[in-house]
Amino acid sequence: MSEQESTRLTPHPYPGKLIIVEGIDGSGKSTQLLLLHKWLESKGHKVFFTVWNSSDLVKDTTKRGKKTKSLTPTTFSLLHATDFASRLYHHILPPLKAGMLVLADRYMYTAFARDVVRGVSPDWVRKLYNFAIKPDMAFYYRVPIEVAISRLLRGTRGQFKYYEAGMDMNLSPDVTESFRLFQSRILAEYDKIVNEFGLLTMDATQDIETQQEHMRTLVEEALRSYKPRRGTYGRRTLFWRRFDVPKSE
Amino acid sequence: MADGRYFGDGLTYLNPSDLKGKLIAVEGTDGVGRSTHIEMLQEWLEVQGYGVITTGWTRSNLMSKTIEMAKAGNILDRWSLSLLYATDFADRLEHQIIPALRSGFIVLADRYIYTAFARDFVRSGDRNWIRDVFGFALIPNLVCYLRIDVETLALRVIETTGMNYWESGMDLRLGTDLYDSFKKYQSLLIDEFDKMAEEFHFNVVDARKSPEEIQEELRGHILPVLQGHKRVADAAPLQA
Repeated sequence: MSEQESTRLTPHPYPGKLIIVEGIDGSGKSTQLLLLHKWLESKGHKVFFTVWNSSDLVKDTTKRGKKTKSLTPTTFSLLHATDFASRLYHHILPPLKAGMLVLADRYMYTAFARDVVRGVSPDWVRKLYNFAIKPDMAFYYRVPIEVAISRLLRGTRGQFKYYEAGMDMNLSPDVTESFRLFQSRILAEYDKIVNEFGLLTMDATQDIETQQEHMRTLVEEALRSYKPRRGTYGRRTLFWRRFDVPKSE
Repeated sequence: MADGRYFGDGLTYLNPSDLKGKLIAVEGTDGVGRSTHIEMLQEWLEVQGYGVITTGWTRSNLMSKTIEMAKAGNILDRWSLSLLYATDFADRLEHQIIPALRSGFIVLADRYIYTAFARDFVRSGDRNWIRDVFGFALIPNLVCYLRIDVETLALRVIETTGMNYWESGMDLRLGTDLYDSFKKYQSLLIDEFDKMAEEFHFNVVDARKSPEEIQEELRGHILPVLQGHKRVADAAPLQA
């Protein structure tokens, strides 16, 4: 598979639509995707949702590797690619082929930004994901680092996780400072990726409703020619069943 | 490996040029006798005073359990299967192989990246992606390929371990039963190994010969690689 013909660079042939969001932790991308999910379902669409690093196949391995701190930049990257492959095969391709909507919280661009900051070759990680398919819409929620930090510290999480803060890179013994340095580098990588892959940059400093309104306008426009397909009648009634809630951490 | 080189896009954070040891890979399909010969080679080298470690496919701390579980589930797609192997290999490369080579050990690898290439190719018909994925692998100093024909292999495997789901490539639905599938799958693997033997200049050893003859041939291929390689009998033992 050469660069030109890689499926990750050309539009996919399937009748469904794949919409993904990218952004650093604290950018608010997951909130935006959740609200989009709710809106699409309210319009009668059957929507599938998948989140980065969540496949049963490798989640436990990643967790174990993180716990023993034995992950290297390369094994870290390969585990995430394995997770992605498994989810692509099981959760993304079947609904897309059936003509349904799939929402993904983070996509291959997360690897292109984060794994490269950790130290893997930018060319290598792009080739690694050559089997991926190009999303129909890719949103990048752009946020200044200080805004992300204050959101995360104010929020429910309270403190940063070891790998999320890039503590494995020995940037700073202070977790918040390490997070700032690590995520700033990721922001810089994202800026390159936005141009390389034509992601839609969204201003993630705006209030939630304004951002969501903008997102819905763009999605509505993109779905104009899309013909919804589903096998069951009517709307699902229970909101909480619609999401893939990660099992206990 | 004073001339240590990566196969493709290498580990940007690890310079391979200062590795003192030698990396020797033994390739060949399932049941061809690789492990037995590696054991004998290790003994032979250690008697001569060389420090030796062996490393085996899917035997990393990080991945061995995961791969077993994944294979037990039988629901693997081509990419996940190959990426699981790649992760296992990367873990062993960075935690076992490179540290050992740096300390001057001889590393005997029971299977190497070519196994992954063959298995992915028979499932996908595509050679490029898997070779890109394994770009971070070190090129071995020597690759010995234990070559066997599928008729002899089938007899040998039935006499010893028996045929199993994955060695028969049952995920590919090549035959109606374990035996038919085994023969078709292993023929495809052997074909691809044969092609790679030319492309990557493997040292081909006829695995139908007696164990003594095979061992003799393997040692004959290894000796020149060790010329000028310092024995490391006095090196500190490596923590695996």
